[in-house]
Amino acid sequence: MVRLNKTRLMRYIEPHAHMVSRTMDDYQALAMAGCRAICEPAFWAGFDRSSVHGFYDYFCQLTEHEPKRAARYHIAHYAWICINPKEAEDPEFAREVIKIMPEFLAKDNVLGVGEIGLNKNSKNEVAIFEEQVQLALDHNQLILIHTPHLEDKFKVTKLTIDILRQFPEIDPARVMIDHVEEHTIKQVLDAGFWAGITLYPESKCTPPRAVDMLERYGDTNRLWMNSACDWGVSDPMALPKAILELRKRGFDDATIDRFVYQNPLKFIQQSGAKILSEL
Amino acid sequence: MFTRNFNRAMQYENKSMMDLYFMDARSKLIDIAAFMDRVERSGETDDFRYRELVKALGALRGSDRAETVLNMLSDPSAAPIEKAGAGPAVGAFKQD
Repeated sequence: MVRLNKTRLMRYIEPHAHMVSRTMDDYQALAMAGCRAICEPAFWAGFDRSSVHGFYDYFCQLTEHEPKRAARYHIAHYAWICINPKEAEDPEFAREVIKIMPEFLAKDNVLGVGEIGLNKNSKNEVAIFEEQVQLALDHNQLILIHTPHLEDKFKVTKLTIDILRQFPEIDPARVMIDHVEEHTIKQVLDAGFWAGITLYPESKCTPPRAVDMLERYGDTNRLWMNSACDWGVSDPMALPKAILELRKRGFDDATIDRFVYQNPLKFIQQSGAKILSEL
Repeated sequence: MFTRNFNRAMQYENKSMMDLYFMDARSKLIDIAAFMDRVERSGETDDFRYRELVKALGALRGSDRAETVLNMLSDPSAAPIEKAGAGPAVGAFKQD
């Protein structure tokens, strides 16, 4: 916790936000709320891209253009690179995209491979997921894993953990399984992975439920919260609202700082990416 | 002076869970009741999502309610499917 003239200044890292879908107003609001860094995973654009060039341009946007927008508000920006599970149903196309990823994984501001995973649990999705896990291992990258919304989450989480266990060289401390809820968090943490709690207005988790989970599992220090704000119904200010919820529930400033700043920092510092010295 | 007054005001911060959340829970419960009335009026109570939601309400009488409700609305199968279908998730799994 940073203190200046006895006034407490909250700092936090937004570890999962799709800022390509957001406006400069959002960057301004995040900066004013104390956001120091944003981590932006590659994801589905809302439509299937028609060519590998479309992905190449998107990866350039994530690693070159978006950091400049964030810097205008003194926010550090880091990216994750992948082909998302929604576009993995055409495996030959997905493999062409995977071929261009190493160029981007080598960049200083890239954290790893993500957000990969499964969406509808199809065999093609499983194959492309496994190939991207192997790519991450081959390039010594962190892994960020998406679990789907709603009725598919439980099945996907279990399947994801089963698949990861087939890779004996994986260090669970370098893998984040995101979007956990009350029915999936325990199995993720028990398997040694990090777990992400996503704050969404409708389909994921509210701030009070997130704080419930932090009360039960926060001592693991393998949890982060994020807004996962994108082009859908989502709230880039969800994390500051969760911080307020933590205060309402009586958490002290040092513990809140651990949840929203130190824990995500600890995870992303494993990446080998050039994390700004001010963090 | 500001600091002292601020600290005094903070004494009211730590309320009980009932003080913090009862009104919100009451509001959501009435919303669910009104939703069920609305679906009934529109003759859609045979929709599997409605049926699964009503079944999940039974979990409120037990413990670990949030986890149980989420499990009751989830796909319980384990094996990957042949091919991903089109369309979004709908929030409940058709059990039969």
